[in-house]
Amino acid sequence: MTFWRQVYEVARKDLLVESRTAEVALMTAPFGAAALILIPLAIGTDAPLLSQLGPGLYWIVVLLFGMLVILRKSAVDGQAQRDLVRLLGIEPAAAFTGATIATSVLVLFFEVALGPVLIALYNPELRGWLWLFAILPLVAAGMGLLGTIASGVTTSIGTRTSLTPLLIVPLSMPLLMGATQALEGLRLGRGIVPWLLLLVAVDLALAVSGVLAARPLEEAVT
Amino acid sequence: MNEHEIAHLDDVGLRLGNTIILRQAKLVLEPGEKVGLLGPNGSGKTTLLRIIATLLQPTSGSGAVLGAELGTHDVYDIRSRIVMVGHLPGLWPELTLGENTELVARLSGRPAEIAADALAQVGLGRASERRADQSSKGMLRRAELARALILEPTLLLLDEAHAGLDAEAIGMVDTIANRVVAAGGAVMLVSHEPDRLNVDRSVVLVDGTLEGVS
Repeated sequence: MTFWRQVYEVARKDLLVESRTAEVALMTAPFGAAALILIPLAIGTDAPLLSQLGPGLYWIVVLLFGMLVILRKSAVDGQAQRDLVRLLGIEPAAAFTGATIATSVLVLFFEVALGPVLIALYNPELRGWLWLFAILPLVAAGMGLLGTIASGVTTSIGTRTSLTPLLIVPLSMPLLMGATQALEGLRLGRGIVPWLLLLVAVDLALAVSGVLAARPLEEAVT
Repeated sequence: MNEHEIAHLDDVGLRLGNTIILRQAKLVLEPGEKVGLLGPNGSGKTTLLRIIATLLQPTSGSGAVLGAELGTHDVYDIRSRIVMVGHLPGLWPELTLGENTELVARLSGRPAEIAADALAQVGLGRASERRADQSSKGMLRRAELARALILEPTLLLLDEAHAGLDAEAIGMVDTIANRVVAAGGAVMLVSHEPDRLNVDRSVVLVDGTLEGVS
C-alpha cells in the first residue's frame, strides 16, 4: 500500500469519526462564535474600535477555541486503536500526515464558520480579501500540525490532554503573529508577503519535525 | 533462535519505572502450535502479549518474533503478520462494524470487499451497519475476530480469548486459531477459563514470572 493511500485512509477515517460526532460543527464552532459575540458586549459598540480589533480578536478565538478541535485527536485514538495502527504496518509518517490533514480540515472549517460572525459584528476593513484563501489554510495547517505533534508527545509520555495546551500555545505564537499581521496588512493596504512566508516557514518546520518524530513518538508509547 | 520458530523469548523482562512487570520470561512458540497463557489479574499476561506483538520493547533479555530481533527496526517489517486481539476493542466506536473492518482491509492493502465476507463468517453479516459503540461486547469481539480472518496472520495473539463470547463464538475462536496453525503459524491465547482453552500446552504467569508449564 502506498504512502499516500495510507495518508488518505487515515484522514478519511478521522473525518468520518468527526462527521458522526459533529463536535466541531455543533459545539466548538458555536462556542467560538459565542466568544466573538461576547467581546463587543464587554468592550462596547464602538464600531471603529471593533473594526480595528476584530481581526486580532478573531485569531485569538481561533487559536484558543481551535485548541478544542485539535485536542480531539488525542481523545479519538486509545491504546487499542494505536496498537492496531502499528500492527497494520502503517508508516508512522503516513499516520501523522493523515491525522494532520484531517485536523487541519476541521480547523479550516472552524475558521470559515467564524468568518460571518466576524464580518457581521466587527465589519473589518479587508482590502485584498482574496489573500484569505492563502492565510486561512496556512494557519489551519499549522494548527493541525501542532495538534498532531502535541498529541503524539502527550500520548508517548502518558499525560493525554492536560499537557497539550501548554505545548501548543507557545509554539503557536508565530502562527498567531503571522496571521494577525497579515490581516492588519490587508486592512492598512500594506504588503503581506513576509507574513505569509513566516506562516509557510512555520508550517514547513512543523511538518518536517512531525514527520521525523512520528516513528520515535509512536514507539515511545508504553 | 531457531529460524523456524515463530517467537523466542530469552530471559525477557520489563520494568516500568520502579515496577517490575515481567521477569526473565523464557518462551518459544513453534509453528503450528497453540499455546495458552494463564495467570491471575495483574500478573503481566497482556504485557507479555504486547512484547510478543513487538508493541513493547523489553528492558532486559532478548528475543525474536518472526525472525525480527525485539528492539530493532526489523520488527516494523513483520508487524503486519501479527494480529493481536486485546481486551479492549481495536475499533473506532463512531464507525460501524462494517466501516471498521473495511478500514482494516484497506489499510492492509486488501480489497474492502473481503470485509463483508469476514463479517459474515463471524456471524455479523446483518450487523455491519451497526455502530461499534452501539454493539454488544460479544459483537465487538466477533468483529475483532473478523480482523484475523481478513489479515490471515502468522502469529495470532488473543487476550481474554473467550471473554464476552457465547458458545458459537467460542467455536469461532477455535476455528480461526486452527486456520492459523494449519497455515504454519502460531496462536497464543490468554484466558481465565483454562477448561475452555483448546491448546497444545499452557504456560502460567504469576507476578510477572512464567512459572510453570502444564
